[in-house]
Amino acid sequence: MDFQSCVNIKKEWDIVGARQLGRDIAKKVGFGNVDQARIATAISELARNIYLYAGSGKVCFDAIDELNEKGLRIVAIDEGPGIQDVSQVMEDGFSTSGGLGAGLPGVKRLMDEFDVISRQGEGTEIKVVKWLR
Amino acid sequence: MSTLKLDLQTYKDLMKQYIETQNEQALYNAEQFSKHSIQQNISPDEIINVHFQALMELYPDVPDDIRNSMNFLLETMISYGLAYQEYQALREKQLELQSELSVAAKMQQTLLSTVKPEYNQLDVGATSHPAKQMNGDYYHFVEDQEGSLGIAIADVIGKGVPAALCMSMIKYSMDSFPEKRMEPSIVLEGMNRVVERNVDPSMFITMFYGLYDTKDNRFFYSSAGHEPGFYYSAKEDTFKDIEAEGLVLGVDRDTSYKQFEQQVDPGDMIVLLTDGVTECRSGDDFIEREEIAEVIRHYKHLPAQEITDQVYSHFERLQDFQLRDDFTLVILRREV
Repeated sequence: MDFQSCVNIKKEWDIVGARQLGRDIAKKVGFGNVDQARIATAISELARNIYLYAGSGKVCFDAIDELNEKGLRIVAIDEGPGIQDVSQVMEDGFSTSGGLGAGLPGVKRLMDEFDVISRQGEGTEIKVVKWLR
Repeated sequence: MSTLKLDLQTYKDLMKQYIETQNEQALYNAEQFSKHSIQQNISPDEIINVHFQALMELYPDVPDDIRNSMNFLLETMISYGLAYQEYQALREKQLELQSELSVAAKMQQTLLSTVKPEYNQLDVGATSHPAKQMNGDYYHFVEDQEGSLGIAIADVIGKGVPAALCMSMIKYSMDSFPEKRMEPSIVLEGMNRVVERNVDPSMFITMFYGLYDTKDNRFFYSSAGHEPGFYYSAKEDTFKDIEAEGLVLGVDRDTSYKQFEQQVDPGDMIVLLTDGVTECRSGDDFIEREEIAEVIRHYKHLPAQEITDQVYSHFERLQDFQLRDDFTLVILRREV
């Protein structure tokens, strides 16, 4: 595992910072234009969730560079109220941000691996991975 | 359909063909390509990317500004791609639900099926059509050993699956009554207790129960808030409402129902219906009850079953073939 870098999310502006750092790392890993754009969109979504629902948190990036696989791991962590019903949030058509956000199902589609751990009152950790093909 | 390969090479060739000829054939090919892409669930951002790559291969000297603008376009299309994928997933889910629902509707038809009785002196017709896939109306015939015919007709306020589930319960409660002759008031009082115990208070069920005594041609009936039917007198050639006040089922456990009686003469008709019939609309206006009577009068020379079918066809057409509520119509006519 490579050096880990994080962006703190407090203001809406920080979403752009997270996208920028994520895209730079994705480029270094070797992702093409479409995947870069997808990764950036996923980062937006994760960072916006933190900004809107938790108030603050961070998005961290790991370039995965192992013998037979390369990729990018993104972890979004907050200490917000947590997600009440993860299954419901993962359902298509259930978007709390007024239907404009791709929501978590969108993030899942944009990435290859997806995992959520959420505890009520303690916070949420979302881990996603995109593999380089 | 032609077999287009959905790859960069094909797109590049098609695009090149168009750039060189600018003819309609090439554009038609583009249309085919997009249709194939949709079939393969390829989202719009992927098409943009293929276009971008094809452009770079055909024109390696494309200025940087144009390159960057393509990246910009790609970025804006990612969310459209997501929306498209979500649409696909929801569509699949909808198809799944639809097929599940049609299985349920078939099951319901089997559950609620009733045998239309045959009598020499009584011509019986009945039809029931759900507005959606599942029916919230119910009619049922019960023949007892003493030669009487019981007719139940009920309507759950509301339609679709909740109403249909509720209706299945009504059907089973009715089945649990003994097979001997049942007085309408007793049937409704029993059903009232069942509904009061088992159904959510927000759900209302109206029901009419009639008992036709084929020995002396008398019709006994009680109603639990059900849409009044019509009694057609052949001698006077008039329709009058079958009035029978009574509280809807399930409101008060101790409700009692008044029982009424009607002597039926040859040629007379008893018309029972649900409010899906009376609440038919032509345009924005509800139809009047007299209109229903007139339509029945128009077809009264036909056998009872054909009358119910013709009346249904009439109102189905009147509502542009889109029922707003479940539609049930039962007609009994004394022949001799």
